[in-house]
Amino acid sequence: MSRTIKLKKGFDINLVGKPKKQVLKTNQPETFAIKPSDFVGLSRPKLIVKEGDNVKAGSPLFFERGIEDILFTAPVSGEIVEIRRGEKRRVLEVKILADKEIEFEKFDKYSISDISSMSKEAAISQLKKSGAWTNFIRRPFGIIANPEESPKAVFISGFDTHPLAPDFAYLLRDQDQNFQAGIDILNKFTPGTVHLNINGNGEIPQIFSQVNGVQLNKVYGSHPAGNVGVQIHHLAPIAKGDVVWTLSPVGVAQVGKLFLEGVYDTSKLVAVTGSQIKKTGYVRTYAGACLNKLLEANVEGDDNRFISGNVLTGEGVRLEGYLGYYHNQISVIPEGKQEEFLGWILPTTSKLSFHKAFGLFSFLNGKKEYKVDTNTHGEYRNFVVTGSFENVLPMDILPTYLFKAIMAGDYDDMEALGIYELIEEDVALCEFIDVSKNPLQEILREGIDLIKEG
Amino acid sequence: MKFLQRKFDQIKPLFEKGGKYEKFYPIYEGHRTIFFAPDMTTDRKGTQIKDGADLKRVMMTVIIAMIPCLIFGMWNVGHQHYIATGLEATLLEKLWIGILKVVPIIAVSYAVGLSIEFTFCVIYQRPVEEGFLVSGMLIPLIMPATIPLWQVALATVFAVIIGKEVFGGTGMNILNVALTARVFLYFAYPTDISGDVWTYLGDKTPVDGFSGATILAYGAEAASNGTNMMQLASSHWYAGMFDFWNMFIGIIPGSIGETSTLMCLLGAIVLIATGVGSWKIILSVILGTLFMGAIFNLAGTNSFMQMPPHYHLVIGGLAFGAVYMATDPVSASHTELGKWIYGFLIGVITVLIRVINPAYPEGIMLAILFMNVFAPLIDFYVVEANKKRRLKRATV
Repeated sequence: MSRTIKLKKGFDINLVGKPKKQVLKTNQPETFAIKPSDFVGLSRPKLIVKEGDNVKAGSPLFFERGIEDILFTAPVSGEIVEIRRGEKRRVLEVKILADKEIEFEKFDKYSISDISSMSKEAAISQLKKSGAWTNFIRRPFGIIANPEESPKAVFISGFDTHPLAPDFAYLLRDQDQNFQAGIDILNKFTPGTVHLNINGNGEIPQIFSQVNGVQLNKVYGSHPAGNVGVQIHHLAPIAKGDVVWTLSPVGVAQVGKLFLEGVYDTSKLVAVTGSQIKKTGYVRTYAGACLNKLLEANVEGDDNRFISGNVLTGEGVRLEGYLGYYHNQISVIPEGKQEEFLGWILPTTSKLSFHKAFGLFSFLNGKKEYKVDTNTHGEYRNFVVTGSFENVLPMDILPTYLFKAIMAGDYDDMEALGIYELIEEDVALCEFIDVSKNPLQEILREGIDLIKEG
Repeated sequence: MKFLQRKFDQIKPLFEKGGKYEKFYPIYEGHRTIFFAPDMTTDRKGTQIKDGADLKRVMMTVIIAMIPCLIFGMWNVGHQHYIATGLEATLLEKLWIGILKVVPIIAVSYAVGLSIEFTFCVIYQRPVEEGFLVSGMLIPLIMPATIPLWQVALATVFAVIIGKEVFGGTGMNILNVALTARVFLYFAYPTDISGDVWTYLGDKTPVDGFSGATILAYGAEAASNGTNMMQLASSHWYAGMFDFWNMFIGIIPGSIGETSTLMCLLGAIVLIATGVGSWKIILSVILGTLFMGAIFNLAGTNSFMQMPPHYHLVIGGLAFGAVYMATDPVSASHTELGKWIYGFLIGVITVLIRVINPAYPEGIMLAILFMNVFAPLIDFYVVEANKKRRLKRATV
């Protein structure tokens, strides 16, 4: 039974630099890096490799104590050139100097009919060994799933409503078979349904309309309609004790390819977006790519913020920084380190705002695309304004009360107010519109960590 | 503006760590951010872009919404002065008297309030917050023009320290700061803020038959002595003063900024259009007032009770309180359903106090403060209902 969800609340951030549907010709970066911090919930990963070792794509790099059999593997083949560590010798990056031709570790290959008859255990074993298990995310908490658990359902969001987001149908070009195989694998893991949620406002991509073994749900609305957490809330809400899994469509295809071709292939299209990009589009590379070559001769201005991911949930890296493991998008926007004379009160139509406070006339602009920099437009303050977060979080959740419960360390309230249903991306829009400029995503993660450990 | 920036940059080392005035950095920073929106950028993690609105702009919106009340109020101070003394005067002369009386009150309120704010910022090494920008303007507007300046200062000290700073500053207070100032004077120096204080006479003698009474005083008299309120009001020494439309426009004695319902409506339009003030609160205060007024109409044992409910909206400070004070997001209910209940009860209680308790002719001040105290309780039940609903949904 497919469902239709119509969301009224939310806010689309309309920026300059949407990715054009074209593949840009670029050189492959020389180095790739895996950052343990990309995998939420890892505490002290244990390295298997050392500098100078040679690895293939799919060779193990490290594991997490307690879940030793889930391996974190190399996205490309080559030589481990550097293991960058931070405070207390915490591993920050495992850097690989990539081979010209990528060599793959060989995993078991299955035909389409083999996949349907394959046991759940065999599938899990190959996924854990290859590194592809990292695509399975568990809710609550948004951490890597525990293969021993049986999720009550699996959710895939088939569209991304974040600013300048890539088009999943474009990312998955020619991957129909891999995607179908991935869905077949997912169906082994849950006694419930595999939900594939698609954008009601657009055309249904063929890859999604033809796939078997999913419940296709249509979601209408502005951002965060594309967030899988919001979709789960309306389809089958998570309560205490429930476990569901989520994957991105790109991850599903990667899982499918692992079984169809026996390789852990992290190659993907990455959208190159933002107002500082001369020619927007998509580049083909592997997970953990260094940004420099991908953006070569394609960036305007000197003082820019290079973001792996989108402007709401992404991470600011340098031009020599690396693409996050789960990211399919690079955003480049200007830095905003300049003072503005009476900038807090002069009327303007060029400042993007959800609010209509005096002088902010952006709501008159209609569908105008904005060029936005990284200026905070104000300083941190206590919560003062009420009622605005609720307008950008299309869930039956009282965000301000949840944040206050987290700050007070009140476990019962956190639980009752819905912390199991949220991860950072769901409150990113609240953080964006907050006139008191609170770091709400960080606060939410602190709360999740408290609940997880408590 | 490069010049100003350079000046600020020049003195900056004095206020930075190791500088001579390092303790006073919040004050330096507070002043700089008035001239220049800061050059802060987002962190490496978290949203990389931020909305163009900040708390300064939100607070400033409220002040802008108060401007109609302020200007009309200054004119009205002069106008009431001239009709009470029986002298002819032009619009500008009336405005001038108002400016002479009102500007010092505003100056004292801001000077005293900001000094305290700065002192606390230095003690606790936290940035200067914008909360007092609004309170500093609200306090003068709810004082009679005749208020002694030292009382304004004292009330501001009390309100800022006891009403706000002890709770941790802007955003943490329970009671509306400006109303805390007024209620302090109301109980500490009642003779200066009730009775015949609403018309500024200066050294002039009033005309024969002059009475400084407000319509609320007639109401109180009706409630306690059984006199006919409407009759008294219509035979007021200045004919037509207490006609409905005259009161709506606000050409009546009262606190400086609150007499004109019309100007409050203009302010309400600004607050609602900008989304800064909650329309739910404003509307529900009006509904609560009309509801309670209608109930009293049914009971109707004295002439105040028999007054048509819509009169309540234009007399006293109800409109001003509903638009500018009840909507204070910090001390109001924080939940959307809570705002309806909170506002409605403010309306009900205002009329209750006015009609039933003649010792306090003005009900809106006490009603808002009372509901400020109860707002967390209302929110508690709204939040509990949300938890229950969430729990129920999960077990299905």
